[in-house]
Amino acid sequence: MAGFLLRRLVNYVVLALVATFLAFTLASVTFDPIGVLQQRNPPPPAASIEAKKRDLHLDQPIPQRFVTWMGGVVQGDFGRTIADRPITDELGRRIGVSLRLFLLGITIGILFGVLLGVVSAIRQYKFSDYFATLFSFILLSTPVFVLGTLLKMGAQGINDSIGTNVLIFVGEQTPGFQGNWFEHLGDRLQHLIVPTLAIALGQIAYYSRYQRSSMLDVLGSDFLRTAQAKGLTRRKALFKHGLRTALIPMATLFAFGFGLLVVGGTFTERIFGWFGMGDWLVTGISAQDTNVTATVTLFVAVCVLFSGWLADVLYAALDPRIRVN
Amino acid sequence: MTSSEILFDSPADPVVEGPVLQVEDLHVSFPSEAGRVQAVRGLSYQVSPGEVLGIVGESGSGKSVSSLAVMGLLPSSARITGSIKFQGRELIGRTDTELSKIRGRRISMVFQDPLSALTPVYTVGDQIAEAILVHRGGAVSKQAANKRAVELLDLVGIPNAAERAKAFPHEFSGGMRQRAVIAMAITNDPDLIIADEPTTALDVTVQAQVLQLLETAQEVTGAGIVIITHDLGVVAGFADRLMVMYAGRAVETGKVDEIYQQPRMPYTLGLLGSIPRLDVGEKQPLVPITGQPPSLTDLPPGCPFAPRCPMVVDACHTAEPPLIEVDGSAEHHAACIRTGEIAATDAEGAEAAAEIFGAEVVEEAEIAKVPREQRDTVLELDHLVKEYPINKGVVFKRRVGTVHAVAGISFDIREGETLGLVGESGCGKTTTLMEILGLQKPMAGEISVLGTNVSSLDSKRRKAIRRDMSVVFQDPMASLDPRLTINDVIAEPMQVHGYGKDEINRRVPELMRLVGLRPEQLSRYPGEFSGGQRQRIGIARALALEPKLVVLDEPVSALDVSIQAGVINLLEELKAKLGLAYLFVAHDLSVVRHIADRVAVMYLGKIIEIGEVDSVFDAPRHPYTQALLSAIPIPDPVKERQRERILLTGDLPSPANPPSGCRFRTRCFLHASLPPEKQRTCIELEPPREVQAPDHEAACHFAQIRQVL
Repeated sequence: MAGFLLRRLVNYVVLALVATFLAFTLASVTFDPIGVLQQRNPPPPAASIEAKKRDLHLDQPIPQRFVTWMGGVVQGDFGRTIADRPITDELGRRIGVSLRLFLLGITIGILFGVLLGVVSAIRQYKFSDYFATLFSFILLSTPVFVLGTLLKMGAQGINDSIGTNVLIFVGEQTPGFQGNWFEHLGDRLQHLIVPTLAIALGQIAYYSRYQRSSMLDVLGSDFLRTAQAKGLTRRKALFKHGLRTALIPMATLFAFGFGLLVVGGTFTERIFGWFGMGDWLVTGISAQDTNVTATVTLFVAVCVLFSGWLADVLYAALDPRIRVN
Repeated sequence: MTSSEILFDSPADPVVEGPVLQVEDLHVSFPSEAGRVQAVRGLSYQVSPGEVLGIVGESGSGKSVSSLAVMGLLPSSARITGSIKFQGRELIGRTDTELSKIRGRRISMVFQDPLSALTPVYTVGDQIAEAILVHRGGAVSKQAANKRAVELLDLVGIPNAAERAKAFPHEFSGGMRQRAVIAMAITNDPDLIIADEPTTALDVTVQAQVLQLLETAQEVTGAGIVIITHDLGVVAGFADRLMVMYAGRAVETGKVDEIYQQPRMPYTLGLLGSIPRLDVGEKQPLVPITGQPPSLTDLPPGCPFAPRCPMVVDACHTAEPPLIEVDGSAEHHAACIRTGEIAATDAEGAEAAAEIFGAEVVEEAEIAKVPREQRDTVLELDHLVKEYPINKGVVFKRRVGTVHAVAGISFDIREGETLGLVGESGCGKTTTLMEILGLQKPMAGEISVLGTNVSSLDSKRRKAIRRDMSVVFQDPMASLDPRLTINDVIAEPMQVHGYGKDEINRRVPELMRLVGLRPEQLSRYPGEFSGGQRQRIGIARALALEPKLVVLDEPVSALDVSIQAGVINLLEELKAKLGLAYLFVAHDLSVVRHIADRVAVMYLGKIIEIGEVDSVFDAPRHPYTQALLSAIPIPDPVKERQRERILLTGDLPSPANPPSGCRFRTRCFLHASLPPEKQRTCIELEPPREVQAPDHEAACHFAQIRQVL
């Protein structure tokens, strides 16, 4: 099994390279950073345009540019942005921002989504099931920016009624905040609550639907009856034997959900003014910045492929039937 | 079975006088779209300590529902009234927590489908240990429970138990899983074991092992046993008392011997008469019970069996008959107003059934009177081989082994003849069938249909030859397209072969009448028919092109016994009327004995015995055939108790790695009893098929007759 997973990992490195190369090529072909530069008013001197061209290696063919850039990446240097700042410095901070938001959001989403799905399945066609279904469908059909705005309004309402700004929904921390680490933590938490909720709510709705149907499949199964016949109470049999088995098909969903969310979180980041990876992709594209675009793509590819790998590991951990030697 | 004296460290159970289980006037109903389904309607019975009660009935008769009610395992939508007293304590109305203390501790259950009865994600050992820990978690440590689980696995006959306890359910065969479930059921020394169709999903050889094991379990625990089945054969030798259920009620109860010999309710008679007997040589008439069980949502007044009963009179429709004493025996009860008249007939058991239901032996066809050698050969296999590669690797596939599914088999079928092909699951029956139906050049050996070798066929000739050969599948639900009307289903083969519209329109209703269905129903969809009717539709489709050979793949194994008899009779009639030849694949040897002229027994891809059916059944030469035959229960309590079973040990070896020499030697009782030098012959030399008697060959070095019926 370990060998199998290792081989997979090697395959993934190749796939990540291919994805990044394609993004790099596409960006290089369509972006016109020099054109943007020339349209400035007043136009910059020809010498500095030439210098910029050299800096961006625009005189070289695209594959060679990619090799040059990739050579840097291997050594931990992701090149420079169009505004001539090192990407590597910003990359770490942005990844940190994104992961903080999404890891927390998705963890809460999985936990409560599973719980809601299970309750929904056990109480099928009862009030709580109908309620959960309604809740999920409303959330699933609400675009993120609407939900984000609604949450902002709600947070504002709460702040107003309390009288202080408890829930802060702009940025990931108060700029220039002074205090010890504990106060820093508190400040970040205040910023974290509303955007996390924006992500978690959608995830809860999404996972609860799948968990409900996978749990319903298990509910009528013979082994659940055997567990009860052994002397387990219904509740215990449901959780120990039923839920455990119903989680197996969810593993893939969890893993890929994470990978895809990091990509799709652009809106959430923009709405709440978080400068994470999604935000960077949009800024990078509008600035016609090939290096930033390629860097974010590489990060996304790594996330998605790691998710795939995680799905394999999770699946093997959950289901003895597919553990192969 | 190493030791039957493993101590059950249960606290001293209070000695309770009277029955272990007493069910009084039990009613169970479920909501459905068509109204409330009255699944159980006023059922009363009791089980004494150490007694074995058999509950018999067709699907939908309420036998499983009533047992699940005892366990408290019915869905919450079920409405249960009446009384279920276990050791004098009322169970109805108890909470799930209270019942869970009794379940698995005092009452335990064995289920029908061992493949799905165990949780796939926990090891077998853990699941057995759980049954101990859940009841005695305080007193017994986890290690002790695991150790006990290993002991129990050993007790139920799992070899190498300590190692196997760590295996997951999917690594166990069906029979082994059922053993594990039984181990779980006897873990806490229960006072009552309910076994719901415990052997229905298993092969006959494994069925015999499991029944034996249940008997052992009963000896070890001294528990009362309720065994639920639709097969009257299974319970004949095992049960003390019998209860026959129909439409949610008991219609006849009594001692096993009384019911088999003097059934006093027409339904019981029908059930008994519908089973083909393994021990009857001459053709016996099979009793089909026409019609279907009634819908339980809206029962008309009167006897619910009346619409299907051959003895029905007007009085039957006025009120539902109560269970009354018959033959002056306090233990024998039947619910029929005409039991007295049934008692007045001279015949016993199945004979009485044939008399009352008016069943007759199907006449043989003209062609059957011609000696076999003078008839044309319809199908001939000559050393047919089919192997599957076992591949490993995702990108670079490499062959790591070979499954020898069919390892060189030969047989022929003559015009108007039925060959039964029998064997355990995994022996290669289905592969053989698929090879024949595929009409492709085999890997090795030859297939000839009506004298044409299929290897040399081009696609046009192949299509032409398909007209002469058709197939009926096992599962009547899955083998008909639910979106086609019956008319389209039956017409399809004719359209494919370019029949004219007029001819199709003339032929379809004709085919419907031929299989005993009404042509008015042609515009309906398969979903509107019962299992037996659908199988008739499948047969009509198979006959559409007027084939010479019909391949029948377990055509009756998915049907209830009473329906099964009707389909078997139909097949026999059609054979006689149309001069058909059948290749009849089945695992039920009783059915094969009834319908087949010749029989071929397969084991691990080889035919180990073949010949005229009476010769093979009455004087089997190969030890495997002897074991197969002895494993099949006979619906006759007296005979059944006297029979000595040859129990095969273990499961079928993997066809990827068959034993050297004789493939059967690893499970052979004869081999085990031989002196070493003779054993070497079995190990080193593959036995050739040798003539034992006229039209009777067997492949055994030490073939000898042994009567097992």
